[in-house]
Order: sequence, then structure tokens, then C-alpha cells
Amino acid sequence: MSPVSRGFLGRRHPVADPSRLPPGQYLETGFPVLSAGPTPHTPLDEWSFLISGEVEEPVSWPWKDFLELPAETITVDIHCVTKWSKFDTRWRGVSVDTLLEHVDSEAAYVTAWSDGGYTTNLPRDHVSDGKAWVAYEYDGEPLHPEHGGPARLLVPHLYFWKSAKWVRGLTFTVDDEPGFWENYGYHNLGDPWLEQRYQGD
Amino acid sequence: MARAALPGRLTWQLVSVVELVEETTRAKSLVLTQPDWPEGYRSGQHVDVRLTAEDGYQAQRSYSIGSAPEDDHLVLTVERLEDGEVSPYLVDVLRPGDELELRGPIGGYFVWEEALGGPLVLIAGGSGIVPLRSMLRHWSTTGRDVPARLIYSSRGLSEVIYREELTGYGEHDGVDVRLVLTREWPEDWQGHRGRIDRALVDEVAGPPEEQARVYICGPNAFVEAAAGWLADGGRDPSRIRTERFGPTGT
Repeated sequence: MSPVSRGFLGRRHPVADPSRLPPGQYLETGFPVLSAGPTPHTPLDEWSFLISGEVEEPVSWPWKDFLELPAETITVDIHCVTKWSKFDTRWRGVSVDTLLEHVDSEAAYVTAWSDGGYTTNLPRDHVSDGKAWVAYEYDGEPLHPEHGGPARLLVPHLYFWKSAKWVRGLTFTVDDEPGFWENYGYHNLGDPWLEQRYQGD
Repeated sequence: MARAALPGRLTWQLVSVVELVEETTRAKSLVLTQPDWPEGYRSGQHVDVRLTAEDGYQAQRSYSIGSAPEDDHLVLTVERLEDGEVSPYLVDVLRPGDELELRGPIGGYFVWEEALGGPLVLIAGGSGIVPLRSMLRHWSTTGRDVPARLIYSSRGLSEVIYREELTGYGEHDGVDVRLVLTREWPEDWQGHRGRIDRALVDEVAGPPEEQARVYICGPNAFVEAAAGWLADGGRDPSRIRTERFGPTGT
């Protein structure tokens, strides 16, 4: 039990549906940017998306081909480990299920990797069955570089550091290999509903 | 035998408020008793603070540590956000003797210690100075062989946090300190006037072959501009580390 903070009342912004706000989060209407380094700007003619690692045959799509894959529009709530949540964000992109139709792999984990060197690890069953996308539009516009454009991973059921900005590929691995923030003490899975912010949560 | 906590596990702890220091009209330093952190902390890390109302309602936010690991107390410097929930409480309501619940230290990328070397180049906008001041304090006790430089942008002189200490590093410790005022400045102001620009950032960061360690902290637009100029100028992006705050339009 936490002790009462003398004189603290809280400024409780009315949330339309409080059941959509995970524990310890507050509702944000802007779209904060958090990045550990400079924003990469990879020209689209040098961009491709690669699925590799423990797979029968790696597969890669240049930007033009990627745009021709069947795309979906999704509206989801997102939750950042720095405590803000944003409701009803609208994205367009390719379901990871669609990408995985093109590869054969028994491996149980994937590492998403990005321009700029960022990585994050995910169990395979957290990016399949309609749980994850590679998104290239936000709110009807091309995804802005500050928010991860040209394309970012979108895994809305986990804290947003798992939704790797500037994503360029998924590498299948047999073992679970901690990514960038996971190596700096953040939780390995990051379920906001279980408030898995840091190691041991 | 009691089971040891998981290594690296971050548990909530209570610390006491020793003193509150008014840094500017909007910012206060919260001088706190040291939490029981087995491995201490590193300059650039932050903590989560949790407040609890009488009815059990809670709010959490993250704040950068402004003190250095070797200081006697843990210091968080907090700027009041007018529409904020936690910062107005910390700046206006909290009193010496109160207890505060926090956990940390958090983060491990936006840190500097002597082993990382330099030159150490710090670029701050507004309250983004807080983790960089921790680095400078740490530098002043452990890293003096490494050249250190600071660009710190504020709206006006009255909004400069840690002003005396920072100008002191320039006058007595050989740090190249550049205070930047963006909105208003005294008539005889010798420092940079107006927003930071590419020439200033390039000059202070030094030529790319010097391979400075650059830390940039501030509002997103400020950080994006400074980091973008430096990366664009042929510097290794992995030596440019950023921390950003503040919402942006979508």
C-alpha cells in the first residue's frame, strides 16, 4: 500500500471509458516523440523489408513491392511506458500475418530491427494472429519520420517501445534475445495491462 | 532465508524531502534522502515518481535526476507544467519533511561516465538541462581530462536553471558554456540571441573527426533540429544520444 501524498488531489481528466486506460497511464491528446538518437532518413529507393534469421528462405520486399501487399486500416489505442496513452489512433499497413505467409520458420521469437540500430524482441505469437502490423500511414498521411516513417512496427497490445520505429526487418531466433531497451532494464514483454514496465515487474 | 530481489528489479521506495530550492519561478529542485539503490545511479538516468490521493487514486510521472552519483542527496529538478497533474504538486504543494514515493534508477543509454570519454558535448533546451547538469557535476569530480562544452537554450535569463553553477563551470573549470536566450535578453547580453542554429551547434560539437559524445535533451523540436544537423554533418549517429519531452501535434 502506498502512503497518501499529503495534499495530493489529482487532476483527474475525465476519460470517456476508463476501462481503456491501463494502470499507471494517463490520457494524452498530442503525440509525444521519444527516440534515443537522431531520426534516420533512409531514401525510399534504398528501403526494403527483410524477413531473415531462422527461416527456410529469407524474403525481402523493396518499398514499391511492399506497398502492393494487401494492406489494412486499423484503429487502436496505444500505450507508452513513459505513462501516456492515446486512444483511437488510425494506421494503415500490412499485417505481419500477411508477411509471415511468405516464410517457413519454426522459431519462437523475432527481433525487429531498424535503421539507426534499434532492436526489440517479441515472442512470435505476439506478432501473429492479427496482433501486429508494419504501418506506413498514420491518420491518412504518410507516416512522419519523427513517428517512425517510412514504416514502423505496430504492436498496440504491448508498450509502444515494442512498436519499433524505422523498422526494416524481422529476424527469427530460436532463443529470446533481448533488444535495445530490454537490455537497459525494461521488461522483456511489456504488457501494459500487467504494468510490465521494467525488469521484475 | 529471505529470497533476494531479482537483480535489477525496481521497487517503490519512500524518500524524505530534505529541502526545496527555487531554481526559477517555474522550477524547483527537490533535495531528497538517498534511496536504497544497491548500485547507485549514473548521470543521465531518471526515476518514476508516484503520488497517491486519500481515496487511493494514483498518478505516476518520470523525472530526470539532476544530482551526480557522488552527491549526498538525490535531486530532482521539476518544472511546473500549467496543465500538469504531478508537476504542480511537486513544485507548489510538497514541503520539507514530506515523503515521496519513487523507483529507479531507470534508463541506461542516455548516460555519461568517464569511461565513455569525450569530448563531452551537452545541448539542453529548457528543463532538458537537468540530466545534463548531473553529467557536468559528475564530470567536475571524475572526468576533468575530457573537454566539456555546453549549449543551454532558455527563453529568458530568469528561466535559466542552475545559472550560477553553470556559469561557474565556464569561469573556473574550463567548460565552454554557451547560454542561449531565445525570447528576451538584457541589452548587454554577450551570449547567443534567438534560437540555436546550425553554425552554433556545429562549432560547439567540433569537427566530426573529433568524435564527440553528444547528449541532447529538451523539447522534441529542439532535439530533432540539433540532432538532425549533427547527424547530417557526417557524425556517427551512435555517439549522438537524445532524450525528448513534451507532446507534439500529430
